[in-house]
Amino acid sequence: MTLVSVLVVASGLIGIGLYGALSQQSFVMLMMGLELMLNGVLLAVIGFWAFSLGGMPEGQLLAILVMAVMAVEMAVGFALVVAVYRKRQADMTEGLDLLKN
Amino acid sequence: MTILTDIVFVLLSGFALWTGWRVFRTDSMVRCAFLLMLSFIAVGLMMLLMAAVYIGVATVFMMAVEMMVMALFMVMFMMNPAGLNPMWMVHQHRLSVAAGVVAFAGLTAAVLASTLPAEPLPPGRPVVRDLGTELLGPSMLIFETAGVTLLATMVATVILSSRRGRFGDAMEGACPPGLEPGGAPAGRAESESGGGHHHHHHHHGDHG
Repeated sequence: MTLVSVLVVASGLIGIGLYGALSQQSFVMLMMGLELMLNGVLLAVIGFWAFSLGGMPEGQLLAILVMAVMAVEMAVGFALVVAVYRKRQADMTEGLDLLKN
Repeated sequence: MTILTDIVFVLLSGFALWTGWRVFRTDSMVRCAFLLMLSFIAVGLMMLLMAAVYIGVATVFMMAVEMMVMALFMVMFMMNPAGLNPMWMVHQHRLSVAAGVVAFAGLTAAVLASTLPAEPLPPGRPVVRDLGTELLGPSMLIFETAGVTLLATMVATVILSSRRGRFGDAMEGACPPGLEPGGAPAGRAESESGGGHHHHHHHHGDHG
């Protein structure tokens, strides 16, 4: 377990997440892709903290901020899904070809 | 010990990547949520291997709860109940595969090509204590900012998901109750109070 191996695994997670975020039609599945990308980011942050920061506590603080971003993204994303569904009866990205109303 | 750590790391990273890939390949959306949870748990255990005790455990707990919520939303917005039918709901598939592969290859190339600083965590460092004093000491403002951000998120979530939207009837909350049940609002002339009562049946939030 080295920094390079951790970062390669993290980039694998980011790549899979990017694929999911771009390819999925359902809003909820799209958000799963975003979460998977943030999962990779979290792993990379902790990898850097453990292997090249000498245990500086700011690294852990950054990880906590990434987790807060995850929670915000989930909550606002689902609220948007609910609002869009109520307005348009749309639960797929193709249902939103107009920004208007 | 290091051999054992390496073996566990390889197994966990393989599991995290495999479950992350299976998220987009399974037929049931509830199964997706649980596969994503397994991927997160594997990453949390990898953090434990890297001695990030607090963050690792917090990731496992937080993701377990978050994916339960996710599974609930999956049930609400599910097109394909219980994965009984094959599900293949993708668009721009080739582009997405290419983008994912390019992202992975680019990031890996960047990692392999750059000289990364090597300063490993000194053994015996009190990492949880470090985090606590950092959160409530020098970085308290940042930590509090995250808290305020979460509060703003709560407000935004309620506004976005409430039926009425941001714009309600201005008179709705300011309307005094009637003198008899169902009667006209008390203490107001007929012409003024005509609006407050009838607007309940209209649909608001058309501007949202």
